Amino acid sequence: MSLRRPAKDQPETFEFNSSSLEAANTIVSKYPKGKQQSAVMALLYIAQRQNNNWIPLAAMKYIAKFLEMPYIKVYEVATFYTMYNLSPVGKFFIQVCTTTPCMIRGANKLVEACKEKISEKESQLSSDKSCSWMEVECLGACVNAPMMQINDDYYEDLDKEKTLEILDKILNGETPKPGSYRGRVNNEPENNRKTLLDLKNA
Amino acid sequence: MLKDKDRIFQNLYNDLGSDVSSSQKRGDWVKTKELTDKGRDWIIDEIKSSQLRGRGGAGFPTGLKWSFAPKEVGSRPHYLVINGDESEPGTCKDRDILRFEPHKLIEGCLIASYAVQAHVCYIYIRGEYFIDGQKLQAAIDEAYEKKLIGKNAAGTGWDLDIYIHYGAGAYICGEETALLESIEGKKGQPRLKPPFPALIGLYGCPTIINNVETIAVVPTILRRGGKWFASLGREKNTGTKIFCISGNVNNPCNVEEEMNIPLKELVETHAGGVVGGWDNLQAVIPGGSSMPLIPKEKCETLTMDFDSLMAEKSGLGTAGIVVINKDQDIIKCMARIARFYKHESCGQCTPCREGSGWMWRMLERMANGEATKDEVEMLGDVTNQIAGHTICAFGEGSSWPVQGLLRHFKKEIEERNNLELIVEKKNTIPYLVDQHLLDKKNA
Repeated sequence: MSLRRPAKDQPETFEFNSSSLEAANTIVSKYPKGKQQSAVMALLYIAQRQNNNWIPLAAMKYIAKFLEMPYIKVYEVATFYTMYNLSPVGKFFIQVCTTTPCMIRGANKLVEACKEKISEKESQLSSDKSCSWMEVECLGACVNAPMMQINDDYYEDLDKEKTLEILDKILNGETPKPGSYRGRVNNEPENNRKTLLDLKNA
Repeated sequence: MLKDKDRIFQNLYNDLGSDVSSSQKRGDWVKTKELTDKGRDWIIDEIKSSQLRGRGGAGFPTGLKWSFAPKEVGSRPHYLVINGDESEPGTCKDRDILRFEPHKLIEGCLIASYAVQAHVCYIYIRGEYFIDGQKLQAAIDEAYEKKLIGKNAAGTGWDLDIYIHYGAGAYICGEETALLESIEGKKGQPRLKPPFPALIGLYGCPTIINNVETIAVVPTILRRGGKWFASLGREKNTGTKIFCISGNVNNPCNVEEEMNIPLKELVETHAGGVVGGWDNLQAVIPGGSSMPLIPKEKCETLTMDFDSLMAEKSGLGTAGIVVINKDQDIIKCMARIARFYKHESCGQCTPCREGSGWMWRMLERMANGEATKDEVEMLGDVTNQIAGHTICAFGEGSSWPVQGLLRHFKKEIEERNNLELIVEKKNTIPYLVDQHLLDKKNA
């Protein structure tokens, strides 16, 4: 199990803005009547997006009222799932996969790069407060290892040099291009493709 | 090697585009009505005769699973749930289906919903695949627009709504009952079975849960016939499968191949061989991290299907092949997998919650050569205390890789860890639980 605690400094109040409110109502309508509790995960995401990528306790209370469910049930969900950030993270939130398939292809080099460029410790904000990084478990792009996720995007087929380049761009406020950084197309065996070639050349 | 015309996922590498019209050129959504017109029993029988087994890891026969759904819809509606929570280290096949072959999945959802009489289908996608989920959502929106789903979907007379539900980074939600809990808006902690979801599932209603790949191959099977699918592979291990080959290979890739293909062919032909040559191979994890590893000697002749891997005391699982060469420290690799399981245990059953942490800590010490002689046996003991003593299969999933390591690499561990027993050294260690053993009178 992973131990997760809410941040010490918490804002007093939280409310959905109009676009979040609209999105929340659409989500609730996906589920059967009376089962609006199902929307709690999606609503936590909406709150996280609205609130600079982290969820304050006030947002959990707000969502509990919104869905007519006990606050503790929202709290349980928010602390159980690791993708909900319970304390502030950078505007660019970098997650480096270090599980075995990435590890054996050199994920520790990516971690080194993050330590050099962003912060010595994981989950610590960079000096300009724009980035933070952390090690995470398998992100499900194992044939593109080593890889990392920055906000929603996957950056694949990396090495230390390329990671440093990406981090430099981010620290300059740019968003680098996601995808493979060895120039290969999706998950094909680069330079060694033996299947579906007629279609490729058609 | 499988012929290209027998590959189901023609757009695995996105050469052709994933929108409706290019999917239709590949044969999706062509005369779907003719398939449903043949009736539920025909669909289920055809899937049974194809001997399709679930692609999510357990390999349960799909046709049989569908036949468990109640024949008549009672007071409770039926649900179809698609499991796209793919989080098993080494596996990344569903992601390619979601982003490049979404219409195979959506059409499969329609046919499966019709077969099990569900009007609502939830596709559960892991939260990290947000971008890929959006691609699927775009495909769903397109399908609604073309009236392929919704009211009277694709002219079949069947109403179907498909919704995406995002997970939020919990591996355990790939377990089917944990996934249902998660859709219900709770912590993803598995339920006791029975009752099985086919009778009491989502919101207490009959629910059929299938993996993304399983559902995506269904339309092709029905079009080309169960016999065609059954002619590939071998008895009870039929058809094609997407293999994900990662780790120390020259060209890591996803590739669709026939079941029962030799492992060596997969690695040498498709993945460009092991880094440093075949002789540099140390071990292979054949089916995602929870399947026990297989040492090089056995890899020479190994064929990749459910039953032949079972005979080697491993399993096909999700067919995520992780190749580990001799440059890697095998104990460290397994210690990292143990850390993954320690992190992902849901905390419901004590043997798993506590035991996964014990295994990780012991393996870390063994990787550093800090363990005592007796601990190798002790680690084996711990794994046996976990496997089979938990509500869900996570207990097995977390202890099998460690058992595999002990089975095949015990010598390496013992060579590195030969410290004297603490009790014999008579050190006073304040945090040692068995401190009383140091006191001779009580020992």
